[in-house]
Amino acid sequence: MSDKIPVTVLTGYLGAGKTTLLNRILSEDHGHRFAVIVNEFGEIGIDNDLVVGADEEVFEMNNGCICCTVRGDLIRIIEGLMRRRGKFDAIIVETTGLADPAPVAQTFFVDQDVQDQARLDAVVTVADAKWLADRLRDAPEAKNQIAFADVIILNKQDLVSEEELREVEARIRGINPYATLHKTTKCQVPLDAVLGRNAFDLDRILEIEPQFLEVDDHDHHDHDHHGHDHGHDHGHDHAHHGHGLKAYHDEEMQSVSFRIDGEVDPARFMPWINLIAQREGPSILRSKGILAFKGENKRFVFQGVHMILDGDLQREWRPDEKRECKIVFIGRDLKKEDLRSGFMACAVEQKA
Amino acid sequence: MAEQKPLGGEYDSSLTASVRSFHAGAEVVAAGFPGGAPALALADGDVLFVDSGMRVTPHPGAAILLAQIDGTRILTGGDDGRVVETRPDGTCVEIGDEKGKWIDALALREDGSIAWSAGKQVRARDPKGAVKTFEAPTSVRGLAFLPKGYRLAMSHYNGVSLWFPNVAGTPDTLKWQGSHLDLAISPDGAFCVTAMQENALHGWRIADKKDMRMTGYPGKTRSFSFSSDGQWLATSGADACVVWPFQTKDGPMGKPPRECGVRPNKVSRVAFHPTGPVIAIGYEDGWILFSRIADGAELLVRKGLDEGESAPARAKPVVSALAWDAPGKRLLFGLETGEAGLLPLPL
Repeated sequence: MSDKIPVTVLTGYLGAGKTTLLNRILSEDHGHRFAVIVNEFGEIGIDNDLVVGADEEVFEMNNGCICCTVRGDLIRIIEGLMRRRGKFDAIIVETTGLADPAPVAQTFFVDQDVQDQARLDAVVTVADAKWLADRLRDAPEAKNQIAFADVIILNKQDLVSEEELREVEARIRGINPYATLHKTTKCQVPLDAVLGRNAFDLDRILEIEPQFLEVDDHDHHDHDHHGHDHGHDHGHDHAHHGHGLKAYHDEEMQSVSFRIDGEVDPARFMPWINLIAQREGPSILRSKGILAFKGENKRFVFQGVHMILDGDLQREWRPDEKRECKIVFIGRDLKKEDLRSGFMACAVEQKA
Repeated sequence: MAEQKPLGGEYDSSLTASVRSFHAGAEVVAAGFPGGAPALALADGDVLFVDSGMRVTPHPGAAILLAQIDGTRILTGGDDGRVVETRPDGTCVEIGDEKGKWIDALALREDGSIAWSAGKQVRARDPKGAVKTFEAPTSVRGLAFLPKGYRLAMSHYNGVSLWFPNVAGTPDTLKWQGSHLDLAISPDGAFCVTAMQENALHGWRIADKKDMRMTGYPGKTRSFSFSSDGQWLATSGADACVVWPFQTKDGPMGKPPRECGVRPNKVSRVAFHPTGPVIAIGYEDGWILFSRIADGAELLVRKGLDEGESAPARAKPVVSALAWDAPGKRLLFGLETGEAGLLPLPL
């Protein structure tokens, strides 16, 4: 596991500050040796020994998944980079401002050779505090990038008022309440805010609570809190929490989450989640879940990107933990009631 | 004596004592016998001449991504964007420079024709040194010259283009949806076969573009080799060397492939003996076997990891290069770990 090379994907709309963040990461005294894959070779000065230009060639796989696209050039580049084994210990992929993060992420789950050598660490999206709200209206790519993100760097906060900043933050949270959000000027974030996130590692999907209760730009060290047990589902109330955050509901892109106090029957849940991935996969950007299976003392954890699901039994439930099931979907025009009723039907009947 | 079970399992290991093992110093990208002497192209940018120990550097400070070796030269493509020809005397001659773009595919023919690609850009260089350029519809991952005429096959997304560099006009295309990677042409020029992203091979009978699907692989095929008579195509990508029959004009259609060298590990490289019906098979765990097509008889060449033994992802002893000399009397091999060996057949 740990000897696979971690890959961080940097996305963000044109001009948001991706290259600023990239150069900040590279210039810090971190002891890492990066291989950097950029979209336009030599366009902007990137201060690194190993910089590779990519063509962003997105290919459809002939495997029956209609939305299963991969980056063919990335497969080739990672294979080629392995010729320099030992010369770098992490990869950063910078995508174009108009890129959809999904094909990049899917490449790491679809191609066996890539999977053997590298692992996706996190999708980091840089957003422009001044212009993001406009882009969310007129650029579907910008919305995709926010919805897909594990980490959001809300940059150029110095160019907007506090009121405007709260406004744009609320809009982000209306789409994706689960990403870790950092408000920055000139992308000044500590390295551990963007690297070593293990966002796709099933072992590390510990809690799936909305992150906006925990956002604190002075504390980047521990987001693996326990608790925040609200005792209700977050699907319809995720914009009502404190901190003076406005409630925004994005008409097109939303997140929904459901919870069952108790166990689900794997014989019902597994066919259901596979069906949802097949049928609704094109509109589901990301999914995650932690489940208590009937008769199983280990936690079942899954995460997904569109139609690709990755799940496994992880550690045992601790005696002090309540056995419960939580799932989250982030996507476009999600059929919330269908998802809810389908999930609830997997619940194991409580004894009277 | 012959009845005694050798240490590496149930294989006849009488050949292993004849292998001269050495360390090449870096991952082995390709092996061959230019000028009749064993040589290796290495990932660190060097070419190593095994007999003399001479080491030259066609790609200083860069990595060799791929190499093609024939009887007279070693052609290498690097992540420095350069295509370099290294001769048996150690001379390096730059053939092309794509200004920092990676070289993605190379082809070489005994008459001196050379081709390479970087992204969509494909260049063909005739034996006199004249270079022609073609822009493919998408990035090109495989190149091969047809045996007759000055014609180049190139694999890309959704098929293969067949280009006459000296003829103006649109190249002919062989279409099949999906991403086509490496490419091979049968020795008689009748068939074109590609390895695809989707763990399958696709073939065409070039004359009438008839499609051939060759599926069932658990992994990608990254190495294939036609027998010199063109009757068989040996392929990697499964826990055995899958060998497709090409004896008839229909190719392998409707005929099951043979499986040679079945082992609990994936085949990474295959190389047909230049004259006989024997395949050298290299595995991802460092094992190398000879397998005879007719009866599946196997001989052990190199023992790799023990069963159950594992290596970290970046230090797996994957066999990455296998080559026979022209008469088929010596086998040269190399691994991703830099381990290498030369086996003169005790005939």
